[in-house]
Amino acid sequence: MSETVDLRAEFKESGVRAVLEELDAEMVGLAPVKARIRETAALLLVDRARKALGLAVETPTLHMSFTGNPGTGKTTVALKMAGLLHRLGYVRKGHLVSVTRDDLVGQYIGHTAPKTREVLKKAMGGVLFIDEAYYLYKPDNERDYGAEAIEILLQVMENNRDDLVVILAGYAGRMEDFFRSNPGFRSRIAHHIEFPDYTDDELGRIAEGMLEAQNYRFTPAAKAAMAAYIAARSVQPHFANARSIRNALDRARLRQANRLFSASGPVDAEALSTIEAEDIRASRVFQGGLAHERKAAE
Amino acid sequence: MRITQGCFSFLPDLTDEEITTQVDHCLEKGWAIGVEWTHDPHPRNTYWEMFGNPMFDLKDAKGVMMELDACRKANPEAYIRFNAFDNTRGFETVTMSFIVHRPKVEPSIRMTRTEGDGRSIRYTHEVVR
Repeated sequence: MSETVDLRAEFKESGVRAVLEELDAEMVGLAPVKARIRETAALLLVDRARKALGLAVETPTLHMSFTGNPGTGKTTVALKMAGLLHRLGYVRKGHLVSVTRDDLVGQYIGHTAPKTREVLKKAMGGVLFIDEAYYLYKPDNERDYGAEAIEILLQVMENNRDDLVVILAGYAGRMEDFFRSNPGFRSRIAHHIEFPDYTDDELGRIAEGMLEAQNYRFTPAAKAAMAAYIAARSVQPHFANARSIRNALDRARLRQANRLFSASGPVDAEALSTIEAEDIRASRVFQGGLAHERKAAE
Repeated sequence: MRITQGCFSFLPDLTDEEITTQVDHCLEKGWAIGVEWTHDPHPRNTYWEMFGNPMFDLKDAKGVMMELDACRKANPEAYIRFNAFDNTRGFETVTMSFIVHRPKVEPSIRMTRTEGDGRSIRYTHEVVR
């Protein structure tokens, strides 16, 4: 009888299912991203089974690029991805090292290589997440040291495929330019995952989830106010999806604290954990954004 | 003559896999690894040359092994050792140190005997190639 591998059992035992379920439960929306990650997980699981039976020979290329607008959950998903790759045994430690241009590129000649190497050493055995990767490459300045960092990165991505996985992240359009001018990256990245913007409805659910995690909740009127806030905010400039929502909630908590503080009399747990409509309605977003932006729009 | 200093020096030389496991152990304990090298293995020569900075915040031994490879390439005929530094408050010291690379031909240590006043004898040691 020939040797067999039970994929279902592998799926469960390796803990991959737990990670995917966690992803489903914790992340609102992002259906195409979840689908892609599921596919990737299936591919890696099958690859692992092939390896167990002596069919696969090489480690698959696992470097990825995450493209999407700010606040669409790229970093959070990268964290989950690191956990997933660790469970599947493709990275040894499964930690995530998140860096930007400043951490990789030096300020003077001979400063870049050691700096980049230092970061790479820390990322070994885990996932290196390069946020806003296109800043590494500045085409208008030929003396820019970013090119040196890119060169070292490419080398390590090729030679240390067993040791670390690199995830490049950034806005879709600028990442496209970056890949066009650095064809080396494109050919070394197997998985391109696009992060769609959240719908207003999804943002509403995200807001509630964020509050719940901090033991706050909306009154029904506040919930309606939040929906109106999201609708107004999402068409204004510098909208950063979930990040804008988090900031809005932080400000709402500030106003709530202020309201409770200026009201006389004792407060109970109920009052301390309730966000009222007026905490949200006071936002400048309802007057059409920041003063200078209003002027610019006129 | 085979120099014996630090941990494991009476054992056969560690292979790279064995070094990796030792380093993983150190990193698990939260110790930072520093790479040092010297041409002078005299026991009184405590301070060896540092090869780069000690490596803090590493999770995996691979980063250290890359540094070792670079050091071996730069100083193939030197002694190279790893120092594991424990930064726990109250310790703040090297807790483990072991040789990871030796030159092909090791120097020997010669003892010199000098007769002093009143026929007292003084001993010194020196490294001879």
